[in-house]
Amino acid sequence: MTLLLVESIDARYGLLQAVRDVSLEVEEGETLALVGANGAGKSTLLCTIAGSHRPAGGRIVFDGVDVTRVRAHRRVRMGIALVPEGRRLFPALTVEENLLVATAAHREGPWDVEAVLEVFPLLRAHRSARAASLSGGEQQATAIGRALMTNPRLLLVDEVSLGLAPVVVERVYAALGELSQRGTTIVLVEQDVGRALAFASRVVCMLEGRVVLEGPARDVTREQVTDAYFGLARAGAV
Amino acid sequence: MSWVNAVIHGILLGGLYALLATGLSLMFGVMRIINLAHGSLALLGAYLAFLLTEHAGVSTYLALIAVLPIALLFGYVLQVTMLERSLRAGELVPLLTTFGLLIVIANLLQYFFSPDVHSLPSGSIGSASWRVSSTIQIPWFDVLILGIAIFVLVGLQLLLTKTQLGRELRATAADAETAELVGVNARGVYARATAIAVATAALAGVFYAMRSAFDPFAGPSQLIYAFEAVVIGGVGSLWGTLIGGIVLGVAQTVGAQIDVQYFALSGHLVFLAVLVVRAVAAGGLRRISLSRTVTA
Repeated sequence: MTLLLVESIDARYGLLQAVRDVSLEVEEGETLALVGANGAGKSTLLCTIAGSHRPAGGRIVFDGVDVTRVRAHRRVRMGIALVPEGRRLFPALTVEENLLVATAAHREGPWDVEAVLEVFPLLRAHRSARAASLSGGEQQATAIGRALMTNPRLLLVDEVSLGLAPVVVERVYAALGELSQRGTTIVLVEQDVGRALAFASRVVCMLEGRVVLEGPARDVTREQVTDAYFGLARAGAV
Repeated sequence: MSWVNAVIHGILLGGLYALLATGLSLMFGVMRIINLAHGSLALLGAYLAFLLTEHAGVSTYLALIAVLPIALLFGYVLQVTMLERSLRAGELVPLLTTFGLLIVIANLLQYFFSPDVHSLPSGSIGSASWRVSSTIQIPWFDVLILGIAIFVLVGLQLLLTKTQLGRELRATAADAETAELVGVNARGVYARATAIAVATAALAGVFYAMRSAFDPFAGPSQLIYAFEAVVIGGVGSLWGTLIGGIVLGVAQTVGAQIDVQYFALSGHLVFLAVLVVRAVAAGGLRRISLSRTVTA
């Protein structure tokens, strides 16, 4: 069943067109990796899906409902959660308060503070610490945990491993894998192509705002992605 | 010993200023709105209580019970209909909007209530005082106001730290866009913040009106005191607001002890001194960090 349908989305920042005529379909339970160079439009696409950026054209349909004009907090209440680029935690709030803010979504589900601490045990010791005092990995874990507190059906994660130590990246991906197994649909942006191919069931590569490569992760080779990444071969679907 | 008396009266007066400044501080802390109509909204609360005591014949304290929910609702509607749009139009627009509101309120009050001076009855507690010695007298009414100010500040502090609305308020104040991304309705949070701010303004306005006479144009002078209390205490800090109110109150009563004419002036001078000290401290720090970058 299609959970998310993105139809010919155009997104602009003033005169700069960041996303050009992008269409995507995400099945329920799928894990999709968005790869591409800096400025390819990946983050903008995620923000447009989450509702923090208003598209200039096109349509976004979530679970059969057109959400293109729906405000971000309402989309969260429908089950779309974004872990934004740079984590964007509330610095003066404690880890626990950061998590609890997200109960504003009023969604029933398995996720509460205890469940998040279960998946990210590294946060347990920092429960009452201000988010500003956390390390990069702890911040990323808190940001993912905060998104999970909304009990999402679709989890969008921007720049999963950026600025994290390899051992922490390992832990974050283990947690994401567990989530996927529990049935959460995940769309993530990842700079590390190897990681993306290993984790996701499907890969979409973007270049200058367009989708230039799309296919199941097991059928796509590193070379194909690299070519598409740099625009060497304008390959279509595999 | 009359100096001790002046300081005690100043501390008590500070309670009224803190109460008046609370809403101003809250709105600036959450939305970065400098509400120039804050004093006028306080006055609106006082006139509403005046209407109830004059025509319904109830006591001012009973009238207050009716004024507070009306003020909450008025604040909510004010945010949704006017301030929200102003905020979206740019940072400085709310300043203009609230300035316009200040003028509209003053003129409407003059139209409906005439420019005459009024006052609200404060009951038997209004004139009662505790005579500690021949020179020290503590008016119970001012103690009541300070008590209410502390009660309101403690209540707000608990609201901000212990409740979901408080967490949403602090999250939205820090980063409204991200708050929306975790399910917080930022506009709804703003509306509730303004509702609380206007209710505290009305509360302060009614007590102010029980303490001294008021007229339709008393709003701006009250705004100045509230504004000074916020700045002296540190912008956006609730406890700072209480301290700021007390410092301002003490400065005024001690100034008045020297010469009655110095009441307002000494308050303004302390405010100015705090600003200068802050500016020098900030300038000094900048110079130090500059010299560091130069040597590095």
